[in-house]
Amino acid sequence: MTAIPLGVPRRLVEFTIDGEEARVPEGSTVLDACRAAGKDIPTLCHGDTLTPKNACRVCMVEVEGSRTLVPACSRKAEPGMTVRTDTERARHSRKLVLELLASSVDLSTTPQVAAWLKEYEAKPDRFGPEAARLNEEPRIDNDLYVRDYDKCILCYKCVDACGDQWQNTFAISVAGRGFDARIAVEHDAPLTDSACVYCGNCIEVCPTGALSFKSEFDMRAAGTWDESQQTQTTTVCAYCGVGCNLTLHVQDNEIVKVTSPHDNPVTHGNLCIKGRFGYQHVQNRG
Amino acid sequence: MDLHFGDSKPTDDERAAVDALLGPPESSWEGADRSDADLRWARGGREARDRRDLLLPGLHAINDRIGWISEGALDYLCRRLTVPPAEAYGVATFYAMFSVKPRPATVLHVCTDLACAAAGAQELSAGVEAGLGPGVHVERSPCLGLCERAPAALAIKAGDPVRTAVCAPATVRDAVLAATSPDSAPEEPPAVMAVPQAGSPDLVLLRRVGVVDPSSLDDYRAHGGYTALRRAFELGPAGVIREVTDSGLVGRGGAAFPTGRKWQATASQPDHPHYVVCNADESEPGTFKDRVLMEGDPYALVEAMTVAAYATGAHRGYLYLRGEYPRALRRLEHAIAQARARGLLGDDVLGQGYAFDIEIRRGAGAYICGEETALFNSIEGYRGEPRSKPPFPVEKGLFGKPTVENNVETLVNVLPILTMGAPAYAAIGTATSTGPKLFCVSGSVDRPGIYELPFGATLGELLELAGVRERLRAVLLGGAAGGFVRPDETDIPLTFEGTRAAGTTLGSGVVLAFDDTVPLPRLLLRIAEFFRDESCGQCVPCRVGTVRQEEALHRIVERTGAAAADDIALLREVGRAMRDASICGLGQTAWNAVESAIDRLGAYE
Repeated sequence: MTAIPLGVPRRLVEFTIDGEEARVPEGSTVLDACRAAGKDIPTLCHGDTLTPKNACRVCMVEVEGSRTLVPACSRKAEPGMTVRTDTERARHSRKLVLELLASSVDLSTTPQVAAWLKEYEAKPDRFGPEAARLNEEPRIDNDLYVRDYDKCILCYKCVDACGDQWQNTFAISVAGRGFDARIAVEHDAPLTDSACVYCGNCIEVCPTGALSFKSEFDMRAAGTWDESQQTQTTTVCAYCGVGCNLTLHVQDNEIVKVTSPHDNPVTHGNLCIKGRFGYQHVQNRG
Repeated sequence: MDLHFGDSKPTDDERAAVDALLGPPESSWEGADRSDADLRWARGGREARDRRDLLLPGLHAINDRIGWISEGALDYLCRRLTVPPAEAYGVATFYAMFSVKPRPATVLHVCTDLACAAAGAQELSAGVEAGLGPGVHVERSPCLGLCERAPAALAIKAGDPVRTAVCAPATVRDAVLAATSPDSAPEEPPAVMAVPQAGSPDLVLLRRVGVVDPSSLDDYRAHGGYTALRRAFELGPAGVIREVTDSGLVGRGGAAFPTGRKWQATASQPDHPHYVVCNADESEPGTFKDRVLMEGDPYALVEAMTVAAYATGAHRGYLYLRGEYPRALRRLEHAIAQARARGLLGDDVLGQGYAFDIEIRRGAGAYICGEETALFNSIEGYRGEPRSKPPFPVEKGLFGKPTVENNVETLVNVLPILTMGAPAYAAIGTATSTGPKLFCVSGSVDRPGIYELPFGATLGELLELAGVRERLRAVLLGGAAGGFVRPDETDIPLTFEGTRAAGTTLGSGVVLAFDDTVPLPRLLLRIAEFFRDESCGQCVPCRVGTVRQEEALHRIVERTGAAAADDIALLREVGRAMRDASICGLGQTAWNAVESAIDRLGAYE
């Protein structure tokens, strides 16, 4: 039997979104409310199991009385608030943020972003051919996963997942400042010299593919990665008795990567090195 | 938390620098040699992690002694404080004054910001680079806060103790001498030299600068010191807040928030402890008023912080001082020690049974740490990135507790409010901008310095006082985050409402005058470069937007009219998104000065 935690009953907060009445439980964010109301608001740094960092700024909405736009992902709904999600001002801001991002990093492996670029008519090329980009080579220093900073949007999700919100390993942080800021381990060393325990929880939360399984990275490089050919099967990890759920991504009868369902009450998407990477024995068919 | 430390070991010097701050390690768990007892006993957990706020002082200790921070030194500091090395590395690489790569023990910071750029900083830095050997690292620095004596340089020679020499106005010869032998560099002129009105009986905030001996507590008391605190104890905390509220004082750091309301909101928070934080991280290009106050009248700030703490129920105050102010640091350290020794700080302030003490924290070269929540992060030992608001600091500030944060000038205003009473104070200035205001005047004027005028004086009157030169081309109000006005707009009243009505801002009180010898596009480029350099990088609009802004300004630096139109349109679009979507004031204001130069000055027409 799956236990469903009900929690303490919460009061409802009443406010308006785009002129329509909205009622959400106290403590909900504007984003929760918007999604409940069927509004499509783009998000990149928002993670379903992490505290919102509101660093990417694509989910900005207008809130009456606020001098600036407001990040929907982290602003709590307040009684009487008047939220407008699709004004010219909000759309302009989202378009520019998408253009700024797409002009500085490679978003080719970021789900959904191509549709948003089209919807907001973003033209990342208009900053000219000389516009500064990260242009960094992928860092391949171990057999399990690859760091490709050229795709990194500095959403801080991997930092939070490695730190006090999930893993408590604190192997990664943001180093440097401004445009030169990068995700790094201590002393910007190779991963193998760092505190990393290879749980892969950072890959689980990475929204852009800047962190990826070595298997996925190699297959993409070889042109054989094909998500339409993949099946996903959720099962239970056999390594120990905790009971973590594994989702095996299988292509051509080979496991190509392992994720974990975020709504699972045991793991919330977390795994350890064995569950995440220890699947070769399944494929040793002798 | 399962910490992992590498194999790098600190040198004896590095270990000694850290131990001088933290005391010797007590067990192998925090970096000592292993003993038998360590196998059975460990101290760690919350108690050790609670010392994380010593990370920034620790990094300073290493950087001051060695000149840079090696892997071994950083790991040792992390071991001592139970801080993950990755996070400490992230913090160390955040600040401009630290280096995690080897560099010479002496670093010469040559200011290349607005006032200094106009006074020949380019030639100065090129000259010192040519004149100095490989033993000195020359760093082109953002504003050093010495604008009245531009161009400026600051030499820091690592060692035990660290030595500093300020050189302004700097010639190549003086700067080279300061870098090669800081001890024999000529003494800085006294703070009063930055106050052209010194000695005038009308002064309120500056009345003691140049009059009292900044090292003498007795002299301070002989000039009216500590009467405000006595009055505060008579009034009680609620009475002090009432006086401050009635005085109409608003914050002088740029945001102009009512001080009384901030204090009241903090005082009434049920969560404890409460903290008082003095924001002395004055890094706005063109601003140097807080430095002059701290150097010329340090006890006034100590007294004012004590009043603020008493009113808001705080027993601990942090004075976050920008790292580039060595003399202010020395004077304040001395003042705090004297006040403590004489019972004006400590367990029983003035014998009233009220406990309060102040700790100085040095910044390490990051403009963003002047943002109030970034400053909290910096004190706590995290990267100086701003937090999102709400919650506001009055509710959750330093260490997550209710905190009142005020700028130096704001705090110093509290003393005359208490000594002269709220009605008399409120009678100064205009109805909505009350009290006296400090202005930092520099650039193309004959007598640059700090001027104190009641709110309501016009820009023209202020420039007249400072001896404005002919062929004035533009005035930058409020610093890099402020805006330009034309020379024919000198009738703008210097009040919050007056500048707002004129479509500009008073900001932190910067008045930088430029004559027509200063190439405006180059100046704008420098402003854009400043923001690109100082962006913390946390949010996309600011991190990338400041880069795109600088690129566009580079493209049009020699262009005007139709040739620049496309890029100006692009700048407007990027600027609008930065203003609307950035997390904090840095990104939100980074486009102000450039926009005003285009719209008001016709910079590219």
